[in-house]
Amino acid sequence: MLEIKDLHASVEGKEILKGLNLNVKAGEVHAIMGPNGAGKSTLANIVAGKEEYEVTEGNILLEGEDIEELAPEERAHKGVFMSFQYPVEIPGVTVTNFMKTAINETRKAQGLEEMPAKDMLKKIREKSELLEIDRKFLSRSLNEGFSGGEKKRNEIFQMAMMEPKLAILDETDSGLDIDALRIVANGVNKLKGQDNAVVVITHYQRLLEYIVPDYVHVLYDGKIVKSGSKELALELEEKGYDWIKEEINA
Amino acid sequence: MELKEKLVSSFLAFENTVDIDAPVHEIRSQAIKNFEEKGFPSKKEEAWKYTSLNAILKHDYSVFPKEENALEFKDIKKYFVHDLDTYKIVFIDGKYSSHLSETTHDKIDVCLMSSALSHEKYKPIIENYFNKVAKQDGLTSLNTAFSREGAYIYIPKNKLADKPIQIVHFSTGKESAQMLQPRNLIVVEENSHVQIIERHQSLTNNAVLTNSVTEIFADKRAIVDYYKIQNDNENASLIDNTFIEQQAQSIASVHTFAFGGNITRNNLNFYQKGEGIDSILNGVTIIEGKQHVDHNTLVHHTEPNCESHQDYKGIFDEKATGVFNGKIIVNKEAQKTNAFQSNNNVLLSDKATINSKPQLEIFADDVKCSHGCTIGQLDENALFYMRARGIGEKEARALLMYAFANNVLESVKIPQLKSRINKLIANKLGVNIGFDL
Repeated sequence: MLEIKDLHASVEGKEILKGLNLNVKAGEVHAIMGPNGAGKSTLANIVAGKEEYEVTEGNILLEGEDIEELAPEERAHKGVFMSFQYPVEIPGVTVTNFMKTAINETRKAQGLEEMPAKDMLKKIREKSELLEIDRKFLSRSLNEGFSGGEKKRNEIFQMAMMEPKLAILDETDSGLDIDALRIVANGVNKLKGQDNAVVVITHYQRLLEYIVPDYVHVLYDGKIVKSGSKELALELEEKGYDWIKEEINA
Repeated sequence: MELKEKLVSSFLAFENTVDIDAPVHEIRSQAIKNFEEKGFPSKKEEAWKYTSLNAILKHDYSVFPKEENALEFKDIKKYFVHDLDTYKIVFIDGKYSSHLSETTHDKIDVCLMSSALSHEKYKPIIENYFNKVAKQDGLTSLNTAFSREGAYIYIPKNKLADKPIQIVHFSTGKESAQMLQPRNLIVVEENSHVQIIERHQSLTNNAVLTNSVTEIFADKRAIVDYYKIQNDNENASLIDNTFIEQQAQSIASVHTFAFGGNITRNNLNFYQKGEGIDSILNGVTIIEGKQHVDHNTLVHHTEPNCESHQDYKGIFDEKATGVFNGKIIVNKEAQKTNAFQSNNNVLLSDKATINSKPQLEIFADDVKCSHGCTIGQLDENALFYMRARGIGEKEARALLMYAFANNVLESVKIPQLKSRINKLIANKLGVNIGFDL
């Protein structure tokens, strides 16, 4: 699904990713953990197509196709979705209208007709129930005045609506209480299937109790320095990151 | 011949066409003297520092409408809010078009200035209100001198205008270049309510210069909502002089949607004459090319416990230039005044310019006054967020611009008008958004 080969990337001349490799197959869940400043969010933003980041070396392949030259919206049309660490407030555009626009623009790009209003409403109802989102919430301006938890839940609602092939969750657990965490994880688990993949970027292990990863990677100083099974996450939770730094520096 | 000279010498010819024994003619004669003395404003005047009229005063304008031109409704339907039942006062090249208009004298008067000036019945209103709140500056005096035609709206006590009123001025440009000077008088008595939509539309590529004066009187507890749609072509310039006098507990709002034209100057003046008054001034400006829009506002608070709210949003692309000059005066007696002003701007190009200048003159000590001005670009993070959801860059930009102007659009009370303005914005931005915001 997603193959990243020897990725080097910098922002404003500062190199942040320094030869990152990652291979995510359809049907898999990968967790990427690591200390602050390791490059986790940079990785998510680069895959989603943020233009401030400059890829200096390496490739990002989505289903075998190099997507590096594609605009963010073109990547979204091909099934890339990033749940934002800091979702942006858009006053005057309701959650419902935003989703209608996003879905229909994507369908247009895929050569499909607009989704009939009835189907759209049905889908919105289903997915908002899945995320336990109040109907009133959907007619509010996107993210405006939402609590941290509401914003994150709204991100996963959008993901459920868009049904992406590749979902990258950038610190989706931050700002969530335990109930919201459970709801969000449940939403992600419902979406998970044989044809799509999820990359969970997180600081903490607790989200991974609900979204169980097939692989856990440690990102440190712009590279994946250690990979393992879900047990690695527990070890990191227990021992912190210092032992990894020591291992590398040794 | 210079335009000023031409206008002054035309006054004699003008006098031959009007009743010079009418009391109003004394006012006209005084006004032409005043114009002769003051002339057109120049950039040396503080209030005109960023707007030069020089280029548009060079044309050889015809100053009186000569022939009557007819227009078919189907050809100009799009310039009306046509899915809304309204009264209509329509002018073609400065002449009233009865064919396109729908006036009334049933309980309220929605008709022509020319009839109001010539009929005995309206004399008391004209004597009480005509040229009473208009300033005596050069441009206003010029309009006063040639005042003959425009909209006359009179809503007596305790009456609700049963539908909105559209005032539309067309210029057809049969003449090479044309100067128009409509004069509107709107009197809304105690407890009455009216909604008005005004538009100036040029149908020609010849130069058009409109110097319009509107006087509005809102008596006690009256509610006046005035919407100005300025979306004219690039050879049409507009100087809109609007003066509003408000009595106690009245609410007056003026929305100005400035989406195009050559030079557009809005002189919008509110004079509060009682307690408990609310004045609302909202504007959205979206221009590009070499267009220029200047909002010059004044709110004068003279009595206690009044409010004013100003919210102007501007989006400037290419070499467009904008000016916002907002003056608030709070007299010593006007304690407990709440006066708010905000002017937010987005520059989409390196060559676009906005000059924003608040002027607060506060002589009372127990007041809340605030003003804020921002100039920025579209939020790149918000753009990326939308694009990451599959919304193309152009559409994402348009959505952000809508979002930026949204609170002003939200305050439009006529749904059909709101929807029309949304469409105008969508057209301007070249996008088709699948929903009304």
